[in-house]
Amino acid sequence: MYEDMVTARLYEERLQEEYMEGKRPGFDISAGDIPGELHLAAGQEAAAVGVCHHLRDDDTVTAPHRPHHVAIAKGVDLKRMTAEIFGRETGLCHGKGGHMHLFDPDVNFACSGIIAQGCPPAVGAGMAAKKRNTDSVAVAYLGEGAIDQGGFLESLNMASVHDLPVVFVIEDNDWAISMPKERVTSPQDGSARADGFDMHGVRVDSDDARAVYEAGAEAVGRARDGNGPTVLEVQVHRRMGHFMGDPETYRPEEDQERAAERDSIERLAADMREFGIDDEELEEIRDRAAERVDEAVTWAKQQPLPEPEAAHDHVFTNPPSGVTDEEPEFSDAGAAAGGDD
Amino acid sequence: MSSQEQQQTGRTATMSDAMVEAIASEMRADEEVFYMGEDVADYGGIFDSTTGLLDEFGRDRVMDVPISETAYLGAAVGAAQAGMRPIAELMFVDFFGVAMDQIYNQMAKNTYMSGGSFSVPMVLTTAVGGTYNDAAQHSQTLYGTFAHLPGMKVVVPSTAYDAKGLMHNAIRDDDPVVYMFHKRLMGIGWMPAPDGPKTPVPEEEYTIPFGKADVKREGDDVTVVTLGLHVHRALEAAETLADEGIDAEVIDLRTLKPLDRETVVESVRKTGSLVVVDEDYQSYGVTGEIISSVAESDIEALEAVERVAVPDVPIPYSRPMENAVIPGAEDVAEAVRSVGE
Ligand SMILES: Cc1ncc(C[n+]2csc(CCOP(=O)(O)OP(=O)(O)O)c2C)c(N)n1
Repeated sequence: MYEDMVTARLYEERLQEEYMEGKRPGFDISAGDIPGELHLAAGQEAAAVGVCHHLRDDDTVTAPHRPHHVAIAKGVDLKRMTAEIFGRETGLCHGKGGHMHLFDPDVNFACSGIIAQGCPPAVGAGMAAKKRNTDSVAVAYLGEGAIDQGGFLESLNMASVHDLPVVFVIEDNDWAISMPKERVTSPQDGSARADGFDMHGVRVDSDDARAVYEAGAEAVGRARDGNGPTVLEVQVHRRMGHFMGDPETYRPEEDQERAAERDSIERLAADMREFGIDDEELEEIRDRAAERVDEAVTWAKQQPLPEPEAAHDHVFTNPPSGVTDEEPEFSDAGAAAGGDD
Repeated sequence: MSSQEQQQTGRTATMSDAMVEAIASEMRADEEVFYMGEDVADYGGIFDSTTGLLDEFGRDRVMDVPISETAYLGAAVGAAQAGMRPIAELMFVDFFGVAMDQIYNQMAKNTYMSGGSFSVPMVLTTAVGGTYNDAAQHSQTLYGTFAHLPGMKVVVPSTAYDAKGLMHNAIRDDDPVVYMFHKRLMGIGWMPAPDGPKTPVPEEEYTIPFGKADVKREGDDVTVVTLGLHVHRALEAAETLADEGIDAEVIDLRTLKPLDRETVVESVRKTGSLVVVDEDYQSYGVTGEIISSVAESDIEALEAVERVAVPDVPIPYSRPMENAVIPGAEDVAEAVRSVGE
C-alpha cells in the first residue's frame, strides 16, 4: 500500500515536470510533449490505495478526470498508461484517450472526463456480476463536487434497489475547481447521501490510509458477499491546483498550507516506523517506486507517435458497410499541399 | 477587417473582454439579467467569460452553481419563463449531454408548446472547439447539434467586435439563444489566440442583428463559408492563395439560426465555387446545410463545391491525429485549389 502511494506521488511529481517541458515561457496549454489538461492527484493517494487494495483484476473501477493514483492502485499497466498520457501509439488507448480517458481491460479500469458519469457504468458492471453469479465488485470514484450530479444520485438508487455489488468512493478534497463545497453542496457530508437511498454510508474524516483500508475492507466485503452497495467518503487534500496552469487565485493560502501539512504518505510512514519498519526499508521502497516511475516515463517517451490516419481506426468495433478505415480525400490535403498541384 | 458595421476606433479588445463588456453593460441596464455557471464567480470563468463581474455585481447576480447542469440550466429556463433574463454557462459544450432534456425539450420548445404563452429569454453560453489535445469529451464544437433543433437561436462569434454586438443582442432577445464561443479565440492567458479575433471594439454599446453573415474578405474566384475559429484559418488560407493568384471570398456566418443563406448564395453567384469549412463533424452538419441551401436556391450558380470538416470520428487526443481531423489552413487552401481547377 505504501509503495503504491509513493509511486503515485512520485509519478505525479514527475508528470508535473514533464508537462511543463516545452510550455514555457508564458504557459501554453497546447504546447509540449503532454498537451491538453492535466489533473494531478498528489495528496489523494490514501483514498485510492485504501479501497483498491481489496480489489482483484476482475473487479471493475471507473475513475473520473483525476485518475492516475486510482489507476496505479488498481494495477493499470504503468508504462502503457504513461505512453497514453504522452499520446503515443503504444499507449493504453493508442493515443485516442489521453490522461482523462484511460482504459485498461486487463484490470477492468475505465475513465470518464464528464463529472459523475463513471457511476452508471459501475452500476452496470455490478449488475453484470450479479446476473452472472460471480463475486466481483465495481467501484466508482468521484469527487465531492460530483455528488451534486444526477448521474450519481440516480446510480445510488439503482444500486440500492437492485442490491448491487457497487462501492461509490467520494474523494472529498473540499474543492470543485474554484468552488468550495460550502457554496455549492448541501448537505456537506457526501456519505449522508446514502441515507436517502437506504444504503450504507461511511465517512473517513482524515486521509489516513489505514482507516480507509479498514473502511474499504468493509465496503468491498459487503459488496462481494452480496450485501449491497456502500457510499464511502474520504477526506483528502489537493496539494496542487485543479489542473496544471490553474492560477489558484481563488484559494486561500491557509488551505494550500493545510494540504501540504496533512500528508497521508508521511502519516503512513510514521505508522510504519512505529510498527518497527526502519528508515532504510522505507527508503528502499521509495527507490523502487522512483525507478518504476522513471522506467515508465523513459519508455513512454521512446514510443512512436501515432500516424495521423490512425485517427480513423476504432470508431466502430465492427465497421458497418460503407464505413471504411480509409481517410476521406479532404483530410490529407495538408500532406498533399506543397506538392506539384 | 471588412465588417460593414464596424466603426473606426483606436481601442482593441480580446474576444473575452468584449463579451464581458456586453454582459456587464446589460446587467447595469437591467436588474433582471444575471449570470450563473460553474466557476463563474471567483474564477471569472475557466475561459475568462466572466472576468471581473463578481466584483461589480456580487454573488446574487454572478452565481457559482453546483455541478448539476440539469438543475441550473433548467433553473435558467424557469427563471426566464418567470420573466427574468438569465445567462447560464455550460463550461464546455461537450457537457450538454447531462442536461440534454432541459436544453432540448424545455429551453427550446416551451415557447412553441405553450402556443406562445411563455417565452424563454435566456442565453446559454458555452465554450467549443479543440486544437489543444483535450480529447473526445472536451474538444467538440457541436454547432450542428444545437442548430438542428427548432426553437433556439445559435450564435458563433469569431472576433471581439462581433462577440460584443452579438452578446448585446443575445441578452435582449426574447428567445433562448445559444452563444458558442471558441476557446482558442478568447485570448486566455494559457491558450494563445491567433491575432485575428482581437479587433477594434467601440466602448459604447451596439448590436449585431442575428441572421446577418459578414464578408470578412472579399474575393472573386471562390466563396469560402465558415464560422468560429475557422474564419481565421480560412483568412490565412486566403492570403496564401492570393499569392498563387486565387482570390477567395471568406464569409463568416456569425449566426447559425437564423442563417443568412442570401449572402452565401449571392457570393456563389459571383464566384461560381463554394467551399464550406466547419470544425464540427461532417455528416448531417453545417457543411451539408450550406451546400443544400445554395443548391435549392440557385443550383445553376454552383459550378464546384467542396467541404472541409471533421470526418465522422470523435476528436482524438494525440496531436498528429487531432491535427489530421481538425481542418487547418492548408486543408482549406487545398480545397479551394481543387474547386478552382
Ligand atoms: C458534467 C460536467 N460538468 C462540468 C465539468 C467540468 N469539471 C471538470 S472537473 C470539475 C470539478 C470536479 O470537482 P470534484 O468532483 O470535487 O473533483 P476534483 O476535481 O476536486 O477531484 C468540473 C466542474 C465536467 N467535466 N463535466
